[in-house]
Parts: sequence; C-alpha cells; structure tokens
Amino acid sequence: MDTLTQVQSSYQAQFEQALSRRKRNEPGWLSNIRSRAMDRFSDVGFPTTEDEDWRFTNVDRIGQTPFLASQKPLRIPSPQQCAELVCTENAAACIVFVDGYFSAELSDLKGLSDGVRVTDVAQALVKDGAFLQEHLCRYADTDRDAFVALNAALFGCGAVVHVSPGVIVEKPIHVVFISTASAEATACHPRNLIVAEANSQVAVVESYVAVADSVYFTNAVTEVVAGENAVVEHYMIERDAPSSYNVSTLRVEQHRNSNFASHSILLGGSLVRNNVHPVLNGEGAQSLLNGLYVLGGDQHADNHMRVEHAKPHCDSRQYYKGIMDDESHAVFAGRIIVHKDAQKTDAKQSNMNLLLTDRAQIDTKPQLEIYADDVKCTHGATIGQIDANAVFYLRSRGLSEQDARNLLIYAFVGESLSRMKQESLRLSVEALVLARLPRAGELRESRG
Amino acid sequence: MLEIRDLHAEIEGHEILKGVNLTVRAGEVHSIMGPNGSGKSTLAQVLAGHSAFTVTKGEVLYEGEDLLALPPEERAQKGVFLAFQYPVELPGVGTNYFLRTALNSIRKARGLEDIDAVDFLKLVREKAKFVDLDERLLNRAVNEGFSGGEKKRNEIFQMAVLEPKLAILDETDSGLDIDALRIVSDGVNKLRSPERAVVVVTHYQRLLNYIVPDFVHVLVDGRIVKSGGKELALELESKGYGWIAPANARTNNRPAVASAH
Amino acid sequence: MTTPTSTIDNWAKQEYKYGFVTDIDADSLPPGLNEDVIRAISVKKGEPAFMLDWRLKAYRHWLTMKEPTWPNVQYPPIDYQAIVYYSAPKQKAGLKSLDEVDPKLLETYEKLGIPLRERELLAGVAVDAVFDSVSVATTFKGKLAELGIIFCSFSEAVREHSDLIKKYLGSVVPYSDNFFATLNSAVFSDGSFVYVPKGVRCPMELSTYFRINASATGQFERTLIIADEGACVSYLEGCTAPMRDENQLHAAVVELVALDDATIKYSTIQNWYPGDKDGKGGIYNFVTKRGKCQGRNSHVSWTQVETGSAITWKYPSCILQGDNSVGEFYSVALTNHRQQADTGTKMIHIGKNTRSNIVSKGISAGFGQNTYRGQVKILKGAANARNYTQCDSMLIGDKCGAHTFPYIEVKNSTAQMEHEASTSKIGEDQIFYCNQRGISKEDAVSMIVNGFCKEVFRELPMEFAVEAQKLLAVSLEGSVG
Repeated sequence: MDTLTQVQSSYQAQFEQALSRRKRNEPGWLSNIRSRAMDRFSDVGFPTTEDEDWRFTNVDRIGQTPFLASQKPLRIPSPQQCAELVCTENAAACIVFVDGYFSAELSDLKGLSDGVRVTDVAQALVKDGAFLQEHLCRYADTDRDAFVALNAALFGCGAVVHVSPGVIVEKPIHVVFISTASAEATACHPRNLIVAEANSQVAVVESYVAVADSVYFTNAVTEVVAGENAVVEHYMIERDAPSSYNVSTLRVEQHRNSNFASHSILLGGSLVRNNVHPVLNGEGAQSLLNGLYVLGGDQHADNHMRVEHAKPHCDSRQYYKGIMDDESHAVFAGRIIVHKDAQKTDAKQSNMNLLLTDRAQIDTKPQLEIYADDVKCTHGATIGQIDANAVFYLRSRGLSEQDARNLLIYAFVGESLSRMKQESLRLSVEALVLARLPRAGELRESRG
Repeated sequence: MLEIRDLHAEIEGHEILKGVNLTVRAGEVHSIMGPNGSGKSTLAQVLAGHSAFTVTKGEVLYEGEDLLALPPEERAQKGVFLAFQYPVELPGVGTNYFLRTALNSIRKARGLEDIDAVDFLKLVREKAKFVDLDERLLNRAVNEGFSGGEKKRNEIFQMAVLEPKLAILDETDSGLDIDALRIVSDGVNKLRSPERAVVVVTHYQRLLNYIVPDFVHVLVDGRIVKSGGKELALELESKGYGWIAPANARTNNRPAVASAH
Repeated sequence: MTTPTSTIDNWAKQEYKYGFVTDIDADSLPPGLNEDVIRAISVKKGEPAFMLDWRLKAYRHWLTMKEPTWPNVQYPPIDYQAIVYYSAPKQKAGLKSLDEVDPKLLETYEKLGIPLRERELLAGVAVDAVFDSVSVATTFKGKLAELGIIFCSFSEAVREHSDLIKKYLGSVVPYSDNFFATLNSAVFSDGSFVYVPKGVRCPMELSTYFRINASATGQFERTLIIADEGACVSYLEGCTAPMRDENQLHAAVVELVALDDATIKYSTIQNWYPGDKDGKGGIYNFVTKRGKCQGRNSHVSWTQVETGSAITWKYPSCILQGDNSVGEFYSVALTNHRQQADTGTKMIHIGKNTRSNIVSKGISAGFGQNTYRGQVKILKGAANARNYTQCDSMLIGDKCGAHTFPYIEVKNSTAQMEHEASTSKIGEDQIFYCNQRGISKEDAVSMIVNGFCKEVFRELPMEFAVEAQKLLAVSLEGSVG
C-alpha cells in the first residue's frame, strides 16, 4: 500500500472511531451526510495537479502526511497569551477553539444582544437541531471538492453564528482557532456556519493562529447564508505556523439584495489554499471578494475564487493583491460563472502582484464562463516588481532604500485595507501586514 | 400633483398592474410597499416612461397634464425624477458632464439659459457633500465601477442637483448597510418641502424609520389593497404581507424576531 | 460636446455618402496577374531596375504562398486573375500645378470634403490624393520642402529619392512577410512617401486621401514614412470607395521607421464602402501596417477608426527595437449590418525599458462580427518592458458578435503586463436612464458611443476627432432602437 492510500485509510479509521463516539448525540440527517461525504472522499482521494482546479498547487505534502486526529490540548493558552495572539478588542463576542476543541474559558459570549447567537457547533446540534438541519452542510459541495468532503465527514468543532431578522450587530464577532504546537502532526476540520437573516447586519472574523511552530493541517469549511437585504462581512485572517497547511473553503449563499464582503488575509502557513465561492442567488445581490496575500520563504498560497451569478442584476467584485518575496509561490484562479438567467450581471475581477525577487512566482488565471448575453465582465491581472524609478525618486528625497521600498509596498496594499469597513480590524490587519514588511528592505537589486 | 386612475400595464403580454389608483399631493411622502413581484418597480418605471411596459388602461395626470402622453425626457424636464433600482452604468461618460447635459436639457425645456460652468461646479460640490459622495466619483464615468452603495447615493445626489418636483425612489434602500441607509435617508429628508412630493417604493420597513411617510400603500398583485398612515408599515413588518394579501399572493417576509430600532 | 443634435440627425439620415462614381477616362491594364503585368506597371511608373527586381522577387515568392485562413472572417474565394492591378485616370504627363489636374478629379475630392486647391485647403493639413492606382495631387509640397521634408507620391519617391527607397523599402515589412503584403510588394501602384530630416518637427498634419473609383480594380498602395533622428510627424489617412455590388480588394502596406528620439503618429479614418445592409458588395480591406522603433527613445503611435469595409483584416504593429522606445495602438472598430472585422495589433518588445499601450474598442451592431486579435511579445533582452492592454467590446442588438483573442508571450521576468477586457451591451436601459434625466435619445446615443470611444478619439488630431464622431453616428444609424 502506498503512502497516499495508507493516509486515506487512516482517515477512514478516524471516521469510524468518531462515528462510534458520536452515535448517541448526533442526529440521523447529519450521520447520513457524513457517511456519504466519507464515501466520496474515499472514492476520489486528494486532488492531483492533473485536476484543472489544482493545476498549480500540489497537495502531495498533505496527502502523504499521516495526520492524527487532533487531541484535546493538555494545556490551553492563558487569556493573556490568547490576547497577544489575536486582537479581539472591540468585539461583540469571541468564540475560541484550541486544537479543534471549544474553549469556554477563552471565549466571551456574554455581551451579545437579543437576536444574536454564537455557539459551538457541537452544542448547537443539541440545542438547535432543526435550525442546523436546515443549513449545516447544505451549501459547500462535497462532490466537487475532496477537502470539503473530508471536512463534512470529520468535523468536530466550529462556530455557529445566527443573527435574527432585522438585527444590526455593529461590532465584529470573532471566531479564533489556536493551534498549540503538538509533537505529532495533527489535522483539524473546523466547520463554521453563519446565518444572517433578512435585513440583519453582521461582521464575522475567522482567525487562524499558532502558539508555536509545528506541522498541522487545518481543513476548514465555512458556510455563510446572507438573507434577503442582509449585510454580511467575513474576514479570514490566516496566520498559521510556518510548517502548517491550511485548506479553507468559504461558501456563501446570497439571497435577494444581500450585500456580502469577504476579506481574506493570508500571511502564514507553508501551503495554503483559500477557496471562496459565493453564489449570488437572489436578484440585486452584491458580493465583494477582497484579498491580500503576503508571502516569503518557500510559502505557497493558492487563492481560488469561484463566483457564481445565478440571478439577474447582481454585482460581484474581486480584488486580490499579493506580495511575493524569496521563493514564494502564489496562485490566483478567478472564475466567474454567469448562468443563463443572470442578465445584467456586472462582474469585475482584478489580481495584482508584486514580485520582490526573480525567484518568486505567480500563476494567475482568470476565467469567464458566460451563458447570459447581457452582462458586463471585466478582468485584469498585473505582475510587476517595485518600480526602480519610484525607489530612486524617494531616495533622492532622503528616504532610505528600505523605507522607500516599504512605502511603495504599503501603498500597494493600502487599497486592499481601505475596503475593510470595520475600522478596528483594518488597523490590526494593517499592523500585521506592516510587521511582514521589513524583509522587503533588505532586498538586493534584483533587476537586470 | 399626481393622480393615478385605474392604471393597467403589461410587459410582453403579462399584466403586472391591474388597476392602480393613487393621489399624491405636493408636500406629501407616500410609501409603496409590497412583496417581490407585486408590481412596485413596474409602477415606478411606468411613471417614468419605460418603453418595455405598455399601459393598457387608465390614466395618469401630473399637474393636470396627461403624463403617459409624454416621452421620458419630457417627463424628466417637467420635474419627474426616478431613482433607479438598478442604476445604469455609462462607460466613458463623465458624471459631471452627464449631469450638466441633464441639467441644461431641463433648463432649456423651461426656457432658462445653460448654467454657467463655474456655478455648476459649485452646485455639484455642495450637493455631493449633501450625500457624502466622494467628489472624485464625479470625474469618473456614470456609475462605472461604483459600489452598490455609491450607485444608490449617486441617484440621490443627481436628485439633489436636478431638484425635481416629484421624486420616485425605487428600492433605493436595498443592499445598503446601516450607515449608507442613514446617509441616503438624510439626503432625501433634506429635499422634503411643501412644493415637492416623494414616492418611496420599498420592500423593507426599515427605510421608513428614517424617511417617515405620510401615507403607506400596500401593493399586492398589481393593486393597492390597503392604505394607511406610517403605522401600517410597522404592522406589515410584524405580521408580514400574508395577513393582507389575497390567498394566492406570494409572501416572502418572515416575521422579525427582533429589531434594533 | 462637439456634436449637436442636429448634426447627428443630418448624418443619421444619410446612407453611405461617398458611394458616387467619377466618370473619367482611365488608363487600365486588363485584369489578371503575371510577370508581364508587373513589368507593365513598372514601365508605366518609369521605375529604376532595382524596383522591378524587387517586385518580381515578391511575385515569385507570392506564387508559393497560401491565403491565410486563421482570421475570424468569412468570404468567398478571391479570384486573383479577375482583378485589375492598375488603373489610373488619364492625365497629361508631368503636371506642373494643380491647375493642370483634370477638374473632374478636383471635383471628386471636393465632393469628398477634401479640397485640393491650396487656397481652400484645411489650414495646417497637407494632402496627397490617391485615386485608384495613382497619386493625383500633393499639396503644400513646396512649403514642406523648405524644411527639408519630402512629402510626395511613392512613384515620385522611387524616381527622385531612390537611395532612401532602397534603404528603407521592405525594412519593416519584408516582401515575404505575408500573403497580402507580398502581393502588394509585387503590384503596388502608388501611395505616399514621407521623409522628415533630423531634428525637424513637421509643422502640419500630413494626410493621404485614398479613393477607389474604377470597378473590378484592386488598390495596392504602399506608404513609407521615415522620421530621422529627433524628427516628429503626424500623418493621417482617409479612405472611401463607390457603392458597388462586387467586392473589391484593397491590400495596402504601410511601413514606418522611427530613428533615435523620433516620433511618428499615424492616424487612419477608414471608411471604405462597407457593402449594403445584406452584405452585398464592399471592400476587402486586407492591410499590413507596421512601425519600427529603430532608434532609442523613438515613438510610434497608431490610431485607427475603422467604420467601413465589408471585411477588415489589419494589425498595425510596433517593433520596439530601440531602448526606451514606445509603441501605441488606439483603435475603434465598428461593424454594422454584415461587416466583419478581425483587427488588433502586435507589440514586439526587443529593447530595454520599452513600453506599449493598447486600447481597443470594438462596437458590433446588426449582424456585425468584431474580433480583437492582439499579440504582446516580450523578448529575452527586453528588461523592464511594460505593456498595458485594454480591450472593450460593445454590443448593440443581439445578432452581432464580439470576440477577443489576446496572445501574451513573456520571456523576461522583469516585464510588467496589465490586461483589462470588458464586454457590455448598449441598450434600452442606458438610453432610458439618460431620458429619465431629461436627455433626448439622439444625445444619449451619441453620448454613450462617444464616451465608449473617448480614449481613442482623444488621440486623433483635433480636426479629425469631430469627423470620427460623426462617422460613428452615421455608421450606427438605425441600430439603436
């Protein structure tokens, strides 16, 4: 048996163990979904670069590592440690998971107003079964994506956020996943569900951080339902440990006149895949996909957008920007699908990249699939280096080369930051990005 | 100011409006509510003169004149303004240039001289502040690359510049977050005056917390089935359209569990 | 806005305005192509031997070539033996002044809005008028000569400036370049020649007005423009042809050479007869245009407004050889009724810090098919090369088509590439939106179309930008509900 098959059968074993453990608590509808998903995963296994959707991202490192199911941590970080890892000031609520286990000690769910519920998915299954049955695992497609299937089969933690009709939650809700450096390679499959009912407004921040470096694999799926005329902002702030792997899927179901924004900030991890898949499934829906990836060393980050316009008069905007240092490799695949009935679609996509060295690499692939005839779709991609003339100009005004470069890089990312509506978050993301920059200053003149 | 009598209209053979009656006097704010597909937007488009709809019966008098006999630009020149549900992009056509052409067309129809370029600039700057619209947007093409919220604000901005007598807002609140909703409502409220009438077409009661109407009408299946004061909107919000609508009409609004305001 | 409603109205009522035929005696060769025909053309033009040799070399090569099939256009096979390769209005030999030109010809150009008598000339524009196969008049020659600028017919240049012809002819578009360019090399009859000496900025617009008159005649003109070091010239060509039921072939070649610090701006307003509403007749416009930025800091800029022709097949291109050289391409291509266009550009980056800019606006109406085909090639040595491509299509109605084929080839990692593309539909909604703001339908259409083409129109010389706007309005007549 080769490693790949061995690893796959170990997931099967994990699935069976979990099954017997959960038997008492879990409703039948979910068990059915899990079994089907496990079968699906066993059938297809991990994708290869032969798959068009994975052409530039080789996941062998994930597929060939025998990850164990994550164990309940012996020692959880202190609240101070947690606060140092993630800034959750000015939050409406904060739900924290450590190595895939809900931590009541670190979470703060007291301040929530009526009409907003934030719960661990395991608890929600007990307390709110009917609601979960309506939404959980109903959107992200287990057939198309093996990672989503694996998640559906194995997930054990995650946040459920439910905002009732007409309720405005002005401050963001934080969902934090902390990894403590365990000695063995472990995998965790969080599953989040965010449902914003009609006319409500909410911002949810998903953060991935680690106490120290270790090899771990996070395979997260988040399903978002933006009800009619609801306003939803989702932030994904990925700051995983250098040796870790993260595959995340954000699937958004948008109803009529809903207004959704996704902000993906990818900073950490060794191999990261960020799938964002909104379906604009109601007339007048708007979707903004804003992304920023800052990579160095031999990091690999793959942003995979799939924007589906299913109904007329919807607008989507994709703005992804990346900065690649050293030998890092980024991928951007942006696919816009306009269904036959989605007339008057207005879809825009832009992917801009800054390569700081000759060895950094970007593969950018826009794709338009249009079945309606009255639509407006634009796409643009740029790949460039820091403008040597601009650096020279700034130096001639007295800036050091490092400052000049940082200033230009900062100007490049500024646009992405300005799209974030939550000011407290914008400032903390800005600080995180700035912290990544000084390396840029040491760069030698690599043009020739 | 506006007198709609037994208005019937259809598109591609489907009857959408099935006998609408409505009287709007100067200084009044009317809200037209109703479930999706009830004909609210159709009514707004028919009043503005969209050619896709055919009026099969009834009449509309605007300041005593047969409104339906006029082409859309003449309606605009006489002071009818529609804030579009889906504002249209005009690539390459600068917002300032577009608005000046519009303003001058309207002035010309009223026998006035073209507005002086400097005065125009002063006017648009002042009105842009009014709706918190980034002035830089004025140099860009009309609605091109604007966000959903910017497009809606641009409609209110244009309304502020053109100063219509009868303003019809077609779902101007859809998809707006709470801050943008406040800005748009403020813009509309500043325009309220005894000489002006506003018809607010909306699906959501929320807007009416900010633009308080004198009258609320419920449009279901092409007819106004109930009219009342602003309290009718609140009643709709809590009970949905179901209690009012005929049995066959679609009801999409679930009752709210809680409301922030 | 420079186009008031009444102008649009007037223009919109007309059909193709230039469809008349001038009744003039012509000196024509019989239809068909062989070495004797080529020799006969060469004799008629009084050419030196090197020219005939070059033509024959091209002809022999052409016999080995196949007509290209890759363009996204459809047309029945062309019978190259049915074409008249030389037709010239009968004139006295050795004209000394315009007064000796046949009044019928002067009248023709007047009808086309191009007065050739200097006292009536458009101020600041020198014109070379090409009628079928020959240049009939060139204006302002004397004034230009004072500055050392040569502006004359190609035939005259072959006789009078053979050193320059020998040096530059075929240096940008070799005789073996492609099927139509090779055919042109064998049979070209006339065209314009421009040489701007070192450091001279040409004080006026130079322009050539091409007119096809005779039936069953192909027009094969050849233009060569050389801007010497530090020179600067702006050149404009306009084209019309009578309305005929048959298709006529126009296979031209334009070569531009820009030396160090030189700038050439080449603008085209192409309004060959497009055929009737059902696609009957019209010109096949198969043209090879290429500019070479040979020197450092040189600059070649193409601007085209293509509204005519049954089929357009042309890719005005730039070879960016000199370091820091700049190539530009601005295009509006409109296809209405049954017109087809496959047009775009090639930007070949060879030198360091070379930049290119492509803005293409395609408008399709009726059953028109419009293809943008563009290639950007960054070679190994082209460090810091930059390209910006913007490619927008506008559809009017639902029977037409817009297609975009960008080809990007990058062999140097310091290159910066930007590409933007969009497809949109002008429709009732846009017009209604303008109406609702008090703007009339005519103003709305002109506003929307001109807005769409703005980036290209602003590249045209002032006098012609207005023409281009009008032309577009006529060509779109009846296509917007």
